[in-house]
Amino acid sequence: MVSLEEVTKMELPADVKKRLTLPFEEHFYAGHTACQGCGAALGLRYVLKAYGGKAIFAIPACCSTIIAGPWPYTALNAPLFHTAFETTGAVISGIEAALKAKGYKVKGEDGIMVIGWAGDGGTADIGLQALSGFLERGHDALYIMYDNEAYMNTGIQRSSSTPYGAWTTNTPGGKKHFLEQRPKKKVIDIVIAHKPAYAATASVAYPEDFMRKLKKAQTIKGPAFIQLFAPCPTGWRSPTDKTIELARLAVQTAYFPLFEYENGKYKINMPSPNKEPKPLEEYLKLQGRFKYMTKEDMEILQEWVLREWEELKKKAKLFG
Amino acid sequence: MPKKVVSGNYAAAYAAKHARVEVVAAYPITPQTSIIEKIAEFIANGEVENLQYVPVESEHSAMAACIGASATGARAFTATSAQGLALMHEMLHWAAGARLPIVMVDVNRAMAPPWSVWDDQTDSLAQRDTGWMQFYAENNQEVYDGVLMAFKIAEHEKVNLPVMIVESAFILSHTYDVVDMPEQEEIDEFLPPRKPLYTLTDFENPFSVGALGTPADYYEFRYKIAGAMEEAKKVIKEVGREFGERFGRDYSQMIELYRTDDAEIVFMGMGSLMGTVKEAVDMLRSEGYKVGAAKVRWFRPFPKEELYELAKNVEGIAVLDRNFSFGQEGILFNEAKGVLYNTDARPIMKNYIVGLGGRDLTVNDVKAIAKNMKEIIEKDELDREVEWYHLKR
Repeated sequence: MVSLEEVTKMELPADVKKRLTLPFEEHFYAGHTACQGCGAALGLRYVLKAYGGKAIFAIPACCSTIIAGPWPYTALNAPLFHTAFETTGAVISGIEAALKAKGYKVKGEDGIMVIGWAGDGGTADIGLQALSGFLERGHDALYIMYDNEAYMNTGIQRSSSTPYGAWTTNTPGGKKHFLEQRPKKKVIDIVIAHKPAYAATASVAYPEDFMRKLKKAQTIKGPAFIQLFAPCPTGWRSPTDKTIELARLAVQTAYFPLFEYENGKYKINMPSPNKEPKPLEEYLKLQGRFKYMTKEDMEILQEWVLREWEELKKKAKLFG
Repeated sequence: MPKKVVSGNYAAAYAAKHARVEVVAAYPITPQTSIIEKIAEFIANGEVENLQYVPVESEHSAMAACIGASATGARAFTATSAQGLALMHEMLHWAAGARLPIVMVDVNRAMAPPWSVWDDQTDSLAQRDTGWMQFYAENNQEVYDGVLMAFKIAEHEKVNLPVMIVESAFILSHTYDVVDMPEQEEIDEFLPPRKPLYTLTDFENPFSVGALGTPADYYEFRYKIAGAMEEAKKVIKEVGREFGERFGRDYSQMIELYRTDDAEIVFMGMGSLMGTVKEAVDMLRSEGYKVGAAKVRWFRPFPKEELYELAKNVEGIAVLDRNFSFGQEGILFNEAKGVLYNTDARPIMKNYIVGLGGRDLTVNDVKAIAKNMKEIIEKDELDREVEWYHLKR
């Protein structure tokens, strides 16, 4: 058996290397403390691969606070500033301002990437104001919201990004049939209302697409935002080996379509469905969090998904 | 030495400029706003280089952005008042915990409700336990000098903690006075560029700041901050002495003593009201009263030793608090009594709650307080421990 250290030092044959679609080098180290099947950990790994460690991270209170490791450890091969829950947008603004004041090159091929890496609660709820400020002021940084659709680090409470019908610990399913009663907040639409330089959705099931978007965020001037769909087996009550499948189904059912916004233009990215989206039920039935839903609930959610999908297609047509 | 006639707020802005701050992130609030307006003007007029101005969307974000900037190695500055300071509270802890030498001016303003924009120290004193050093300025010159010294003290390798320079709403913030400002080259010699403890640009040796501290480690992190605060006392005195040698205004004493040598009664307080007190001391002296004034410049770290040295030689201390801790007493009074408990200094101490929400404290008020203190000392009996001096009856 080869040790982890040996694996990280392995040289791939040139012909194999050529076929790789993602950078081989690892900058997210073994020993991090994510749960098995964690979509967020996978996402963080891709982000670190994309920038080869030449990025400064600001991470607010979220699962990644823990995943990155307790003092004196860090799983990231990049400088990391842990910050308060609601401050990601403001802290990356300050980091970017300091880099500019000190004459560092920000972004671009050889520049420094400044990255805010926050969960959906830290973005859609408590951090929305700081996010808005960051976007509106036009800082040269990238904000990534990894969306696992609830406050997972505190133990699975609903956020405004939790979908209709989902069980969480503060939207439980019981005799009175409580569950989440509000639709998922469209954070990406709020972001786009700021007319940022670049905004996109991405999914851990499509790393090449995600990588391309990360590279785009690096070359574009001004604020960039990516909403990354990141399944959470612990909170979604889903099997840990279904993370990728779930993320893929979320795209194929048009529950979480992949698209980009740049210079006022929308572009839907393949592999979003080009014909009829798959029935949502295929996605829902794999997750324990949706098991309390009635048939009617599922219809309500299905209808919402298709309505949002049609709206996105219209935008892409009108502003394509 | 060049002199300018400036408001307390402009004195703060000039000091930030002369300290060559690199990032200013701030949000408007009366009566602080003219500090950040002036700094924006410096940028618009091309009077500063390499200064990034971040007009954030709240005070919470102002402090968060300063924290991000300071952690990236920049010299960061902000200013606020009252509600804004209270909103920042969480991040004040963060700045100190991450050991970032940010300097902030707080223009003391009363907390609402009822709405008030006038002078009151409760806003800054409520931040007592955040790990920030606090300096209370008596006049515009001290605002200016305070900001310059604050960076040097905060950035000292043994300190690495943030400093709050506190000035009074309107009494200083919007009142014009002559302020001596040294030449830029002299200031540069006094305050060289910052040498950060760490910076997030260290890609060769990546690390994390603020990661989870378990019960096995958190305790020591707090102990280190406590130690840095103790060290800060020495650094404050050193820097205050150096400032005096270079610029002629000595700040080596954390408590400034005024005519206390043979004083029986000493008025103790902080900030601009001590100017009025000194005036009253002169008048009382000419009337035969043996009185003096003790202006507490630094509330954190608290100058315990200096207070003891003063207290052991006086009969009475009248503590004038322009602040109040509900359910207890004036905050400076509370601290001062606590400092003396384990010593042999036992002057009679009385707390006068004065000037809340901008109520004027006049020379005649201070004279009346002196008379009250004299009676107490003669009778050797405290009429009451805490007196709401101005109360309408």
